Amino acid sequence: MRGLLLSLAVLAAAGCGAAWWLTRPQPIEAAAIRGMTGDAARGGDLFTVAGCASCHVAPDAEEGEGDPVLAGGQAFETQFGTFHAPNISSGPAGIGEWSDAELVSAMARGVAAGGAHLYPALPYTSYENADLQDLVDIAAHLRTLPGSDAASRPNELSFPYNIRRGLGAWKRIYAGRGWVLQDPADPGIARGRYLVEALAHCGQCHTPRTALGGMDRDRWLQGAENPDGDGRIPGIAPGQLDWSDGDIAAYLTTGLTPDYDSAGGNMVSVIENLSTLPDADIEAIVAYLRAIPAADGG
Amino acid sequence: MKRCLAAVSLAAVAATAALAQEGDDTPASVEARHGIMENFSFNLSTLGAMAKGEVAYDAAMAQAAADRLVILSDLNQDGYWPEGTSSDEVEASRALPAIWENMDDFRSAFGDLHEAALTMQGVAGDGQEAIGAEMRALGQSCGGCHDDYRMSDD
Repeated sequence: MRGLLLSLAVLAAAGCGAAWWLTRPQPIEAAAIRGMTGDAARGGDLFTVAGCASCHVAPDAEEGEGDPVLAGGQAFETQFGTFHAPNISSGPAGIGEWSDAELVSAMARGVAAGGAHLYPALPYTSYENADLQDLVDIAAHLRTLPGSDAASRPNELSFPYNIRRGLGAWKRIYAGRGWVLQDPADPGIARGRYLVEALAHCGQCHTPRTALGGMDRDRWLQGAENPDGDGRIPGIAPGQLDWSDGDIAAYLTTGLTPDYDSAGGNMVSVIENLSTLPDADIEAIVAYLRAIPAADGG
Repeated sequence: MKRCLAAVSLAAVAATAALAQEGDDTPASVEARHGIMENFSFNLSTLGAMAKGEVAYDAAMAQAAADRLVILSDLNQDGYWPEGTSSDEVEASRALPAIWENMDDFRSAFGDLHEAALTMQGVAGDGQEAIGAEMRALGQSCGGCHDDYRMSDD
């Protein structure tokens, strides 16, 4: 009996140890970006396409021409609780003391400085496909932006979602999945894939989520509930979006639909960001949207 | 025959309802607002179709459309937005209650739209490329209100 209890205890310890090992945060090692120098100007363009300011600027900040103050504070209400975008400004209350590797780890692995898992409200399941050099450039740009002393608001999550370690298990399922579109047929589609799947993280809103809040990649860009609770985010997979190539390109730069209605909600700032891209990139996004799997019945 | 007519008239009623969702009890101010928006859309479509190359560039038509956008965006908004006409209170309205909580910001966004319309007015006679370049700022200025102040359409 004693032997049985002992072996059970050993097994339990081994099981817990394995779980602990499997759910460990896995940052980007400093060696992976050694030799890379951040180009802040280039990073500024990437920062715009990645839409960082859309979430990290304080909700009551005046829209202006100056550099954005990434003080955080915007709230995202979800079925798991409320997430608050943190201060990622250049001051000590933000990311001022983070190394490049720590910043890149946050963006690409969802791991904070100090090693804690970050919640996927930060779209690292998209940014993880970005080139490390691009993320190093974005990090360099962040350091050029103003600082803010505002304290980051803690998330308000219900049990068990408030246990960060659980994100290690979540990431086993939903992170590190690579590209959705395998083997793009030409460089234009590959470029579009990079913009849509990685930097601009379109899938985070346009792809439906599973019960555990991960992107359902089998229904890629096929439309989803609006995380804001206002209506639905439309499906944009082949068979759903019946606009011409020119109509899509015009929408992404002017915000005007083929019926000359205008984009609304969060898509307004997305278009503001995407319209900074060169025409060839807009065409690449269109080409990519034509190349992904069609929606059922489409 | 009778059944067919009934079906057609039912379809017509349904189509009208789907188009505007306006009814007998829709406040006149809401209908007037929708009318203005329809006119924005109509004149933007004239310029947009030329910018895309879907129709041949026509300087006079482009200028007329841009001129009208200047007028539409300069309309005095007093009286168009009475209390009680938000999307919470009027079925046909997509005007979010946030408008009435931020009326100054809401009205200043019309000023941005007006600026963009004035710029378009200045270049509308200069050819397809000129209006194409200006469609970005003009189209995006619609988002100045439609980001936070208009309800999603589905």
